[in-house]
Amino acid sequence: MLKVAVAKKLDAFSLDVAFELPAAGMAALFGPSGCGKTTTVNVIAGLVTPDAGLVTLGDTVLVDTRRGIDVAAERRGIGYVFQDARLFPHLSVASNLRFALRRAAGRHYVSLDEAVSLLDLGALMARRVHQLSGGERQRVAMGRALLSQPRLLLLDEPLAALDRERREEVLPYLESLRDRLAIPMVYVSHQFDEVLRLATHIVLMRSGEVVAQGGIGAISLDASLRTLIGPDAVGAVLDGVVIGEENGLTRVRLAAGELKVRPLGVAPGTTLRVQLLARDLIVSTQAPHHLSVRNSLAGVIVAVIDDADSDLVAVDIGGAQVLARVTKAATRELGLAPGLAAWALVKSVSLRGHSFTLPARPRG
Amino acid sequence: MNPSIWLSAGEREALLLSLSVASRSVAFNLVPAIMAAWVLTRRRFIGRSLLDAAVHLPLVLPPVAVGYVLLLLFGTRGVIGSRLERWFGIELIFTRNGAALAAAVMSFPLMVRTIRISLENIDRRLEEAARTLGAGPIDRFAAVTLPLMLPGILAGAITSFSAALGEFGAVITFVSNIPGETRTLPLALYSALQEPDGEMAAARLAVLSVALGLSGLLISEWFARRVRRMLGR
Repeated sequence: MLKVAVAKKLDAFSLDVAFELPAAGMAALFGPSGCGKTTTVNVIAGLVTPDAGLVTLGDTVLVDTRRGIDVAAERRGIGYVFQDARLFPHLSVASNLRFALRRAAGRHYVSLDEAVSLLDLGALMARRVHQLSGGERQRVAMGRALLSQPRLLLLDEPLAALDRERREEVLPYLESLRDRLAIPMVYVSHQFDEVLRLATHIVLMRSGEVVAQGGIGAISLDASLRTLIGPDAVGAVLDGVVIGEENGLTRVRLAAGELKVRPLGVAPGTTLRVQLLARDLIVSTQAPHHLSVRNSLAGVIVAVIDDADSDLVAVDIGGAQVLARVTKAATRELGLAPGLAAWALVKSVSLRGHSFTLPARPRG
Repeated sequence: MNPSIWLSAGEREALLLSLSVASRSVAFNLVPAIMAAWVLTRRRFIGRSLLDAAVHLPLVLPPVAVGYVLLLLFGTRGVIGSRLERWFGIELIFTRNGAALAAAVMSFPLMVRTIRISLENIDRRLEEAARTLGAGPIDRFAAVTLPLMLPGILAGAITSFSAALGEFGAVITFVSNIPGETRTLPLALYSALQEPDGEMAAARLAVLSVALGLSGLLISEWFARRVRRMLGR
């Protein structure tokens, strides 16, 4: 488990954050540009020394300003994938990878061959850094960080410098790192869709402070997230398990109820994360009949939240909440209020799942 | 007395001697210049501007003054010179090693400057990356900083080699003008001009000096281009 509680004053900016991350899986530091995410990971990596505070990883104290402990970055065993890759230009791809491998201390759990096959680096090995595309550079940077056999892997907006197409090309590799390796990872991003696809735990930051933290399901309902991502991106995130394919749709079992989403072609039993965007949801106060919509989740309204020029209706569907955005006129005419029975309706074509392997082998 | 365009035996000797003196001078300077460039670029300490000034001093002093100071320090009765001779049997005065020392001192600032520019252009974030991969300070310097400095070091070596070939004032003051031992190209050129019929010899030596200087600069430029291409800049 990673625990961070640090303060750092820079020229015109002060950072004061405290959070804990689970010992496995990918956690996200999410917030707008300039909110202190990079400074925070630099503190974790040891590249920035905090003015005051504590950083511990498992049983190891990395920073404790009161006891005067500040383990040098090179002895922390923390891998770092930088936004700008930072590959060594005087070395080939293979030598960049071996640079990390040669200096790895402790147990080796990722071999060169494994890293190369996991990230498809085989064809790139003999190349020089300037002969790589942006996406390839990031893949090599990930491989290099992995081969240093880190106890924790930090990824600071590794996709930020890439265009949309390249991002889509690299994202699957990040997913496979997350699913195939037992290394805990911290992913920094200001793109919510990346966080949604990759992270299980999320720390929300704004102007140098943590405003919320928790599992992604809970955070997806959090009010402070709404202001960060904008009205169109708001929506509950639910985890489910694939039951199978039916009539060209993938059936997903939720904690309560079932969803049909756009076909994914993944095996039954796969863990799936689905975001139900509030703007895609329809609220009915009667059981729906004769509608083309494929998903109807029965529940009870728990809150009607005033959100700018519309309302967000929170419906408890039994162990989970979903959010629907409705006009104020609809709230009034239907008499939407807490305690009222309601059905949340959403078209299958609006729903896309992201497959996930939930962390099973925790590591200190 | 030698109307040919070919070099006489004495001139060939001066050429070889110059090359030998300049190589020694570069060898003396290389490590101290890398260290000075690194300290001046990377360290902030009291007396830094003083060190900076000391390094650049030979650029602004009359070379004869530098030669004179060397004579005081490294002469047979000098503070350093007397001990070098007593303890190690090293004689600098009137020797080619002395000539190399004089040329080294004079060309030191050139080498430091060139190396420093290359060091300032190194992206320090690469060293940060090396840290996160487990490389300590010496390892980082040897495996990342030094190889990235290499183009600058080579350019500095070539420039200071060329400058050492042409050093006159400090050499003649410190080690005199002894044929076969300290008479380098510029000294031979000067001596030729002192001869009543030495004009042809002087011309040959001048052409030779230009050719050497020019090839130094061309080699340095060619090399820099090659390295830039390798690093994809």
